Amino acid sequence: MKPAFRLHDASVHFGRPASPVRALSKVTLTIAAGERVALVGANGCGKSTLLRLLHGLVMPTTGQVQAAPTAEQAMLFQRPHLMRTTVQSNVALGPWLRGRSWRQAKAQALEALARVGLTELAGRSARQLSGGQQQRVAMARAWALEPTVLLLDEPTASLDPHAKREVEALMEEFANAASSMTLVFASHNLGQVKRLASRVIYLEHGRVLADLPVADFFSGPLLQQQYPAAHLFVKGELA
Amino acid sequence: MTSFTESAATALQLIVSLDTGLMRIVGRSLSVSATACAIACALGLMGGAWLGVARFAGRSVVLTLLNTFLAVPSVVVGLVVYLLLSRSGPLGYLGWLFSFKAMVIAQALLVLPVVTALTRQSVEDVESTHGEQLRSLGAGTLVRSLLLAWDERYALLTVLIASFGRAVSEVGAVMIVGGNIDGFTRVMTTAIALETSKGDLPLALGLGLILLLVVLFLNVLIGALRRWRERSESGAAAYQKVPPVLQVSA
Repeated sequence: MKPAFRLHDASVHFGRPASPVRALSKVTLTIAAGERVALVGANGCGKSTLLRLLHGLVMPTTGQVQAAPTAEQAMLFQRPHLMRTTVQSNVALGPWLRGRSWRQAKAQALEALARVGLTELAGRSARQLSGGQQQRVAMARAWALEPTVLLLDEPTASLDPHAKREVEALMEEFANAASSMTLVFASHNLGQVKRLASRVIYLEHGRVLADLPVADFFSGPLLQQQYPAAHLFVKGELA
Repeated sequence: MTSFTESAATALQLIVSLDTGLMRIVGRSLSVSATACAIACALGLMGGAWLGVARFAGRSVVLTLLNTFLAVPSVVVGLVVYLLLSRSGPLGYLGWLFSFKAMVIAQALLVLPVVTALTRQSVEDVESTHGEQLRSLGAGTLVRSLLLAWDERYALLTVLIASFGRAVSEVGAVMIVGGNIDGFTRVMTTAIALETSKGDLPLALGLGLILLLVVLFLNVLIGALRRWRERSESGAAAYQKVPPVLQVSA
């Protein structure tokens, strides 16, 4: 299958060239269209930077990145930014910025809101919604873009368990909407990784230390023998 | 003390009786400042929003200059406008010196850095936290700056009110370029300065009271806006950018 992303020796450095912060170091990987990839690792390991690199929000300092066109991608952030306007207008903003007329965008927004079960809140002020509802609105905005690639940066990290389940169900629905839908998400929730991912990439200090099918990643002996750092991380997270 | 109470009583009488001379000065003052603010806000809101989002070589120099202009005394602005509009100046052919237009230009120039700098700060703060999400949706620099300025509209409304307060209460620039001509370019602040020097304290005090009331009204408006934002955002952080309390400046 055609790859959605191909990275070769891609590095991202921030700060002054004399003393750079190495957010990603020589990452080489390929993500095929239709794959469900989870990025795991401790805080500051480079998960968010990798997602931003895939989405084109940061440029590689060195190395090469081939990515699906940005117009085919959508990205969800840990804390969605919703504008001071109605829920429907917030969702419509996405397709409008991608070239649809405002009328078309609003119609698409209503359809997308129906998919996330928020039709009745379409006219409400977005800033008055709960965290879980705001993330569902962001999910609807992503849906309205009709992407083939969905990138998610810890989308459930700041939500309560109930809202977490709702958003996770929507991620699942999103991924199942088309067989070619590529899902790449960063998460600290290993249960969520087990449920949603088909492949796990473990990062440490900006480097990819382990890249395994989900079943192998969670089978203790293999991880322990070949990737002891990743094994320690998993043990710590599950403890 | 007696002189003060007598002057205050006469001043109140002038206000209550809506004295024609007093009201003309107040009306002129408000219209000069409102026009100047409209011009400064049209340019400053757009420019400030763009500066808050755009990244280019020399940006820090532009910001340093902008922040320096925040502290420029109004008499200096008046002097520059005077030189520009004087008969031998580059814009002398317009014949605008000692006119309503000259005062509007001077106040607009005085207020423009305030509007631009506060708008830039407001938009840059929200750009740093959320601009990436708009970029992710496909918004370029200009669209992003306009969207973020729209999103920060309540904070920017406060900027607008604050800038009007700055314009209406300044005296140096309008004195220099307006000339304080009775019935033509005399505004509240210049009239206060003149009447005080002439010893006509009741009129000066009456104008001073009105000026204070205008500034008080603007401060109350800013407070009301702040509370409204708080309520509309149900507890979300609404006290982000509060402009300095309005003051009468020399």
